[in-house]
Amino acid sequence: MCLAIPAKVISVHDGKAKVDFGEGVLREVDVTLVNVKVGEYVLVHAGYAIQVLSKTEAEETIRLWNEILEAEKQIKTR
Amino acid sequence: MVEHSKFRDPELARRIAEKLHTIAPESGIVKICHVCGTHEWTITHFGLRSLLPQNIEVIAGPGCPVCVTPASEIDEAVQIALKGVTVTCFGDVLRVPGSEKSLLDAKAEGADVRVVYSVADAIKMAEKEPRKDFAFFAIGFETTAPSTAVEVLKKPPKNISFLVSHRLIPPAMELLTRIEDLRINGFIAPGHVSTIIGLKAYEIFPKLYHMPTVVAGFEPLDVLFAVYMILKQIKNGEARLENEYARAVSWDGNVKAQELMRQTFDISDGEWRGLGKLPLSAFKLKKEYIKYDAREKFGIKIKHGKDLPPGCQCHLVMIGKIKPTECPLFMKVCTPQKPIGACMVGIEGTCRIWAKTINIPV
Ligand code: SF4
Repeated sequence: MCLAIPAKVISVHDGKAKVDFGEGVLREVDVTLVNVKVGEYVLVHAGYAIQVLSKTEAEETIRLWNEILEAEKQIKTR
Repeated sequence: MVEHSKFRDPELARRIAEKLHTIAPESGIVKICHVCGTHEWTITHFGLRSLLPQNIEVIAGPGCPVCVTPASEIDEAVQIALKGVTVTCFGDVLRVPGSEKSLLDAKAEGADVRVVYSVADAIKMAEKEPRKDFAFFAIGFETTAPSTAVEVLKKPPKNISFLVSHRLIPPAMELLTRIEDLRINGFIAPGHVSTIIGLKAYEIFPKLYHMPTVVAGFEPLDVLFAVYMILKQIKNGEARLENEYARAVSWDGNVKAQELMRQTFDISDGEWRGLGKLPLSAFKLKKEYIKYDAREKFGIKIKHGKDLPPGCQCHLVMIGKIKPTECPLFMKVCTPQKPIGACMVGIEGTCRIWAKTINIPV
């Protein structure tokens, strides 16, 4: 039940937003809990957007993962 | 957004799994505990345990909101429903056993029990049928509680009330640190609860309990890297709080959600199924919203319930003390089709997740 699914915000109006879960079908969710703009991604849990996803942090995570793995390689080859 | 597939890259998974073997201590068991049904799903579904070094165990704590709801509160919902009130609830709550009956049993006896996707749907239903009395069974951790707060604060119609059964995760984690023979060495903290309560809510775990604690997301790679981060801390003799899920979780969390929860709820002691009463682990409606409190409105207060059907080991499964396969009833008497205990009912219940996964390690 704590499952939350990322969705792209298509439009925002009066505390509600139309979002796309990637299936092409638009659904309405409540965005009272977040400040969100069109084009951003939100995590949706039981009909409510609970957080805006950060693109920069997502990229940073992938970069960090690769860095961790690269560091490993260097140690091995040394 | 960064492409979803990057978070599931099998090549990265293979490499990080290899790396786990180089960083894990050579001897001694390391026990890492998560407290989220969705983490358990990722771990079981993608077979992550088989990628870990043999002495690294990942165990599941009480991370299934439906499962931890005590029988006494299911009994309250059943009583309200049998009084002729329409009870609305999330889908997997229906079959959760109370002391004698589940909501589904009440429904079979003629009570009006309806499944909703969100609390907003429950409100809409009440608006449409103003002559009927409705009670929404508000179950869930900090991820779900803000949505209840949003609707209570909007002053919903008079014919709806709330049976608030929200529970808080950090007090459950504290309980786990105190169970001596569990000997946990690190925590994977639940990502979605954390989007709301923020990293700061877990500060006590490294500080007070010397527990390496990493907030993690729900892709297989998120979990594997979280395990790596914990093992690295252990190797360095550290206990720190780290954030693997920075794309969704900040230090402060969702401040607006926290504020709305503060306005709506007081924190009280709460009963957890099979685990007893945990201090300051539950939300209850504040005095000013008492007219929305289903317990008050319908004069219901059940103190004790029968949490465990005969033979059910949910209380041990829920703290990661035993695996579902160690329960003698697992898949023999207790199945997803005919569940005996709550852990086989909740979508995020460990028994259910294990049962639904084909290759159950025996
Ligand atoms: S398998 Fe069924 S009876 Fe056994 S612990 Fe899990 S829910 Fe309870």
